[in-house]
Amino acid sequence: MAELNIRERQAGDVTVLDMDGRITIGDGSIALRSAVRRLLEEGKKKILLNLEGVGYIDSSGIGELVSSYTAINKEGGQLRLLKLTQKLQDLLTITKLLTVFDAYDDEAEALSNFK
Amino acid sequence: MPALPLTCAQPTCYTSVSVLLLDRQQPDRKPHGREAAPFVTEQTTRLVLPSHIEAVADAAAAAADFARNCGVAEEAAFGIDMAVREAITNAIVHGNKEDDAKQVEVAFTCVPNAVEIEITDQGEGFDPERIPDPTAAENLMKTSGRGNFLMRSFMDEVHWETGTEGGTTVRMIKRF
Repeated sequence: MAELNIRERQAGDVTVLDMDGRITIGDGSIALRSAVRRLLEEGKKKILLNLEGVGYIDSSGIGELVSSYTAINKEGGQLRLLKLTQKLQDLLTITKLLTVFDAYDDEAEALSNFK
Repeated sequence: MPALPLTCAQPTCYTSVSVLLLDRQQPDRKPHGREAAPFVTEQTTRLVLPSHIEAVADAAAAAADFARNCGVAEEAAFGIDMAVREAITNAIVHGNKEDDAKQVEVAFTCVPNAVEIEITDQGEGFDPERIPDPTAAENLMKTSGRGNFLMRSFMDEVHWETGTEGGTTVRMIKRF
């Protein structure tokens, strides 16, 4: 089983990536990077990462979230995070990245906050 | 802690050795009229890892088993798991630079109310003071440099040492 499974769905002009597994150094981080880069190549620049199924992330995975955020912004797009687990929320709090990312608990609210 | 002979054939395997130190000399204990059961004062598990990223998961699994056997609660075990993954990643990627010829040695030791973890690579050594604060505003958007910060966040003590012949040893303690 892959370290990180990613399912893609469309909600209006927002692409939602439902992620399940771990975002850690190696396969997990690479899977996230590949998915985001592919969406950008396809011109899909409004991306909502549903992290409800992500129970674990390491510093490499956190770095990949930052890298995704930067890459999407650079293309004039927007990244939002959805349904952070408590552990992920704690990690983003201590690394002060919750001040950078827009994170939501409710999908409808997250979707309505894309410009 | 004396080093054990490392017999693992590289690069595809790692070894695990448990050492139980039994202390039958307990002068503070009053005699019960029968022989006391052996009293475990310290337990150490040692691993030798190849310098492959895949070994991070192996070390984390060993750390989880060890923490459970040592009686560590779930919250503290999560911190140990996180710190071990980051430290092993540092050793493999930044220390040994994923060189097949180099190994990472790991020792988990269970002591009363704490776990001590020692991880040694065969790299060139580094100065932890030179790692910038990843939470400083100018570093927030950097894609790397958070590993040591997370180790310090989740463990009670973290110390780095560079050996006289190179190699970095990181010693971490988690109390519970």
